[in-house]
Amino acid sequence: MGRITLDKVSKRFGDVEVIPPLDLTIEDGEFTVFVGPSGCGKSTLLRLIAGLEDTTSGQIRIDSQDATHVPPAKRGLAMVFQSYALYPHMSVRKNIAFPMKMAGVPEDEQKRRIEAAANALNLTDYLDRRPGQLSGGQRQRVAIGRAIVREPSAFLFDEPLSNLDAALRVGMRLEISELHERLKTTMIYVTHDQVEAMTMADKIVVLQAGVIEQVGSPLELYHEPRNKFVAGFIGSPKMNFIEGAEAGKHGAHTIGIRPEHIAVSADEGPWSGAVSVSEHLGSDTFFHVHDTGLAETITVRADGEVGFRHGDRIRLTPRAELIHKFDENGLRIA
Amino acid sequence: MATQHSRSAARLMMAPAVVLLLGWMLVPLIMTLYFSFKKYLPLRGGDLGWVGFDNYVRFVTSSAFWPSVLATLAIVGGVLVITVVFGVLLAILLNQPMWGQGIVRILVIAPFFVMPTVSALVWKNMFMDPVNGLFAHLWKFFGAQPVEWLSQASLQSIVMIVSWQWLPFATLILLTAIQSLDSEQLEAAEMDGASPLKRFAYITLPHLSRAITVVVLIQTIFLLAIFAEIFVTTQGSFGTRTLTYLIYQRVLESQNVGLGSAGGVYAIILANIVAIFLMRIVGKNLDA
Repeated sequence: MGRITLDKVSKRFGDVEVIPPLDLTIEDGEFTVFVGPSGCGKSTLLRLIAGLEDTTSGQIRIDSQDATHVPPAKRGLAMVFQSYALYPHMSVRKNIAFPMKMAGVPEDEQKRRIEAAANALNLTDYLDRRPGQLSGGQRQRVAIGRAIVREPSAFLFDEPLSNLDAALRVGMRLEISELHERLKTTMIYVTHDQVEAMTMADKIVVLQAGVIEQVGSPLELYHEPRNKFVAGFIGSPKMNFIEGAEAGKHGAHTIGIRPEHIAVSADEGPWSGAVSVSEHLGSDTFFHVHDTGLAETITVRADGEVGFRHGDRIRLTPRAELIHKFDENGLRIA
Repeated sequence: MATQHSRSAARLMMAPAVVLLLGWMLVPLIMTLYFSFKKYLPLRGGDLGWVGFDNYVRFVTSSAFWPSVLATLAIVGGVLVITVVFGVLLAILLNQPMWGQGIVRILVIAPFFVMPTVSALVWKNMFMDPVNGLFAHLWKFFGAQPVEWLSQASLQSIVMIVSWQWLPFATLILLTAIQSLDSEQLEAAEMDGASPLKRFAYITLPHLSRAITVVVLIQTIFLLAIFAEIFVTTQGSFGTRTLTYLIYQRVLESQNVGLGSAGGVYAIILANIVAIFLMRIVGKNLDA
């Protein structure tokens, strides 16, 4: 009921190949996140699946049926847009009813589904308002409600949280995750925020320039990034990369070590450097260390109580077993 | 800008413009009211004294009054329907990406820059002339009897000429409105299963409602006063005598300023009645 297969799908706009042929399978009920820097083709890929763009070549199958040339409405997918795309002249109730009205669902069934969706999304009090009278988070929920009532075989989310403020984003992230737990429907979620990807996904697809860099569970990507790009993209703050002699000691062109895998002390450790900026978050402290002779800056995560200041000389100890090794092409050395 | 001093300075500087505007409006209005209560025949004795509401009664009871009101409403209504319907269609068409878009848009807007007198003469002599007109040639080509447009279908001809002049205005306003429609809304509707026709009815048209309101209101103001198109084509004959034209005839052809002034006051009342109806029907679109 929602297995989506892309078979050598590619997309060109004129002479520009935005997505070179790629293969991908999204299993039924899976929460898949497409993540990558802006302009990497993740939204285009989603629009190809939705049917809003035509594929240049290749085949899209939904539940083993060829859907490559099926119009968007007939694919049984529902989409939540970045701008929410609510119909401004209709009340919330009419917005949610719109896809059912188009599909000719009987009135009382429409009413039942609207009630259910409004209950699930805390929208019952707002059903007769217009989208313009709602807050960002409420509009977001209306957009999700409009998607739910279609009872689609998969949901497509196009950066749905990017217009919300930080606090709301965390809340909506939880709500969408809960929704997935409850409905068990396939969801494809596009974002450029790796935190959203890590927290929500069953499976993350990392894209760069239209190419899939790696597919895997959040922890697979965190522990065993296939190349330098994935290693740098997943994890916050970014992984430190060190080239040259220090990398040579490990038999690699480049080594990578995450900020949370480096221990800090005043006088013990193989690496030394000067603190340039320290960011105190309360729970953690991030040190940006210069003058190490290894890389321009090394970022280190320490306990919130560690209190080095600007200019202090400190010593760093990487955890040897958690060092990632890459060859000159940026690929992981096992 | 909020100190007492700057506020009074602002009032002082605005005063000349406000006084000028008030004068410009009040002087003609008061003169019209003044003459409407007088028997005033410039070539037949001049000012012949006060006559009370005589002129008002005579103007309404004249056999030409009600037909002229109906002709006015027919022309205004006809032009509004044609310009809004075709304006929406043209705006949608022009919004599609196409080759030479800039030039096509300028060409579409061009008729609006032609003076009413000129365009009416062009239509009368080059298109609608029963002997040499383009339409006459077209009819003859198909073996039909050429239509004498301005006498056999006079009101329709005037509506056609005026619509041609005002279509660019409607198209322009509606095109800018269409361009501000969020494409994600159309895509969302597409995914929701709405056919192109339903997308137009449920998304595009409601989005355009405010622009349509603006077009209807502005055009109505100007269309109630059309004159040149009638003057150079039918001279008010064949049922094309509008209220404006009737007033012109009373004042200049019959040389009866008092009677014409009374007609002018009726025209003001008619314009206000139409305005109130329009505001009732479409004005709520302008809120929020």
